[in-house]
Amino acid sequence: MKINRRIFLTAAAALTALQVTSLYAADKVTMGFIYVGPKDDYGYNQAHAEGCAGVQKLSWVKGVEEASVAETTAVQETMRNMINLDGAQVIFPTSFGYFDPHILKVAKQYPKVQFLHCGGMYTEGKHPANVGSYFGYIDEAVYVSGVVAGHATKSGKLGFIAAKPIPQVLRNINAFTLGARSANPKATVQVIFTGDWSMPVKEAEAATSLINQGVDVLTCHVDSPKVILETAERRGIYVCGYHADGSKLAPKGYLTGGEWNWSKVYTDYAEKVKAGKSLMAGTIPHLVRGGLKEGFVKCSNYGPAVDESAKKDAEAAKAKFMDGTMVIFKGPLKDNAGKEIIPSGKEYKQQDLELESMGWLVEGVLGSTKS
Amino acid sequence: MSQISNAKASTLAPVAPTPPLASAGANWRGSLEAVLIPIGAIIVALLLFGVFCFSQGANAGGVFGAIYKAAFGSWYSFQNTLVRAAPLMLTALCTALPARLGLVMIGNEGALVAGGLAATAAGLAVQAAPPVVVWTVMMLAGMVGGGLWITIVGLLYYKRGVNETISSLLMNYIAIALLNHLVNGPMRDPASLNKPSSYPIPDQKMLPVLWSSNVHYGLIFGIIACVIAWVLMEHTTFGFKIRMIGGNVRAAKMAGLAVSRLGLITCFLGGAAAGIAGMVEVAAVHGRANESLAAGYGYAGILVAFIARHRGLPIILVSTLLGGLLASGGILQRQFKMPDATILVFEGLVFLVVLFSDSLYGKFKIFKEGGA
Repeated sequence: MKINRRIFLTAAAALTALQVTSLYAADKVTMGFIYVGPKDDYGYNQAHAEGCAGVQKLSWVKGVEEASVAETTAVQETMRNMINLDGAQVIFPTSFGYFDPHILKVAKQYPKVQFLHCGGMYTEGKHPANVGSYFGYIDEAVYVSGVVAGHATKSGKLGFIAAKPIPQVLRNINAFTLGARSANPKATVQVIFTGDWSMPVKEAEAATSLINQGVDVLTCHVDSPKVILETAERRGIYVCGYHADGSKLAPKGYLTGGEWNWSKVYTDYAEKVKAGKSLMAGTIPHLVRGGLKEGFVKCSNYGPAVDESAKKDAEAAKAKFMDGTMVIFKGPLKDNAGKEIIPSGKEYKQQDLELESMGWLVEGVLGSTKS
Repeated sequence: MSQISNAKASTLAPVAPTPPLASAGANWRGSLEAVLIPIGAIIVALLLFGVFCFSQGANAGGVFGAIYKAAFGSWYSFQNTLVRAAPLMLTALCTALPARLGLVMIGNEGALVAGGLAATAAGLAVQAAPPVVVWTVMMLAGMVGGGLWITIVGLLYYKRGVNETISSLLMNYIAIALLNHLVNGPMRDPASLNKPSSYPIPDQKMLPVLWSSNVHYGLIFGIIACVIAWVLMEHTTFGFKIRMIGGNVRAAKMAGLAVSRLGLITCFLGGAAAGIAGMVEVAAVHGRANESLAAGYGYAGILVAFIARHRGLPIILVSTLLGGLLASGGILQRQFKMPDATILVFEGLVFLVVLFSDSLYGKFKIFKEGGA
């Protein structure tokens, strides 16, 4: 009996608390963040959770978070709950697979709430006005990782563990390879596709087998680089991180890494929303993208193993990205089957749409997009 | 850890013995036992979870209140519960029906994926037809896809003596690999760049929602399937034969029952139910086949089937209960700042306690004929 009464009272209290929070929402900006995996994965989701923590430093921002939300009706439910129960005005569903159909469906139901999706899938005229997308050209930071990796390798064999042969991933593999070969023209990058975003066992196996084949610098594009960083460190080789700072997991072998800087992106959005701007009014652009220059991505601090010549070349590449003169994908460029993909004299700028449907691997990559 | 891998881990838990062959209604004390033991088990699991919450520094009473509110507290939250429950009802049958034969089938996820794939292919083939035709064709294709998938497991068992639990588990991986292969290759819509998917089912051919709520038709299909399963298993001679095989295969053979044929039909029916779940995921939620089909509903369905002791009507209730728990996972994170795995801890506790409670049947005198 006692327990029942207590449950009743606390439930009533919880109810009141919820109602109070929705009243507060008026003078605060409430932002909802949804992640597909755990917040402490040393990877994709952690990068976004750090962004959420960053934007919450603003006293007038209230962040609500939910992690490990599947790309099913579960995420629709979470979006609705954040709007109805927490009073969220802006929602950031961060996983790529949340967009279609989930965000599109809920956005139509709540035309006054703004939905910002990480991935750059917004198409004008096709998608609702209260939907927008943002993404970073992280291949710039990955290129810098490649430069450092090219300096660090002794065997000239680098390894790249990737989830799926999709354009976004291929772009990073290619940028890493081009960076590495700018420092060491003989370097090769052996790529292994695990087939899915989170496959810790396969990732560990791939890392072990690459190291056994003589690879002495590893990097990856999977949701959580954790096991790859740990395996590399245990086997005493170098590793470049991805998504978030992984230096804690590989204190000796960590060189650098491509990291997202979502704090900056989310803070920009929060300030615009506070100033009364919106996607619907057209005062917040529907597509926002940026690289190192815009502060969307950053490079991890150099690890202890990075020597001065590597730092010099990496800083030079960074400086060129910062002043906008750097082009990663320019002719003459051949794929790894010897076919010319970019003719001499042609350059693809970061925002060029051709890069969004990349289906090739550059010369120097060992592996095939057919997994 | 992700939800899916946790669910996979739980399938490795020891499996309860086949439920005793009890004819429903023959002994009210027996029926009472079948109701009170699972309820008791859930209460024990709730208490253990309270201890867990306490250890995490959260007020257990507040957590229970919030779970209740987020799952059943209003029509708004009950919709979330029903949306979550619908696929569980269907996937649970994939374990529950073969369980009556004495088989422990855990190929629910694979059958869902196979059904979803077949439904997508069929739906795309007839997408020009009127919606009702598209839905019917997709439904039938989903049933055949899922049904045949589990029938393969049945064939391996009856014709080759392959352990059905292991083979059905492995068939899940094959189904997911097949899904990935097809959506990356033959079925791929070239416009789906960074999330390889099949071509979409046209919007106007998608299954609508019920009464302008967020609940889709999957719920109706789930309830109908569970009721049919219940009538079939408890109130027909077919069901009686199946239960007889589950009780004693030799006796059933002696009585002249076509054991493997009946077994294969039951496997097909179980797989077909999970196949409908896959069809609903495609036709009502995703609109296309892609990796999101394998979202773990199959594994959660195993849990539901065991808690419901493989009976059709209890599956409806248990799915709703579990759907509510899953739907309330978010509020624990948003309001109580508890880790995202909390609701999985709860699910795991329920599963373990329910499995343990199976060993209590027949231990209490009060439930026996003429007991005190």
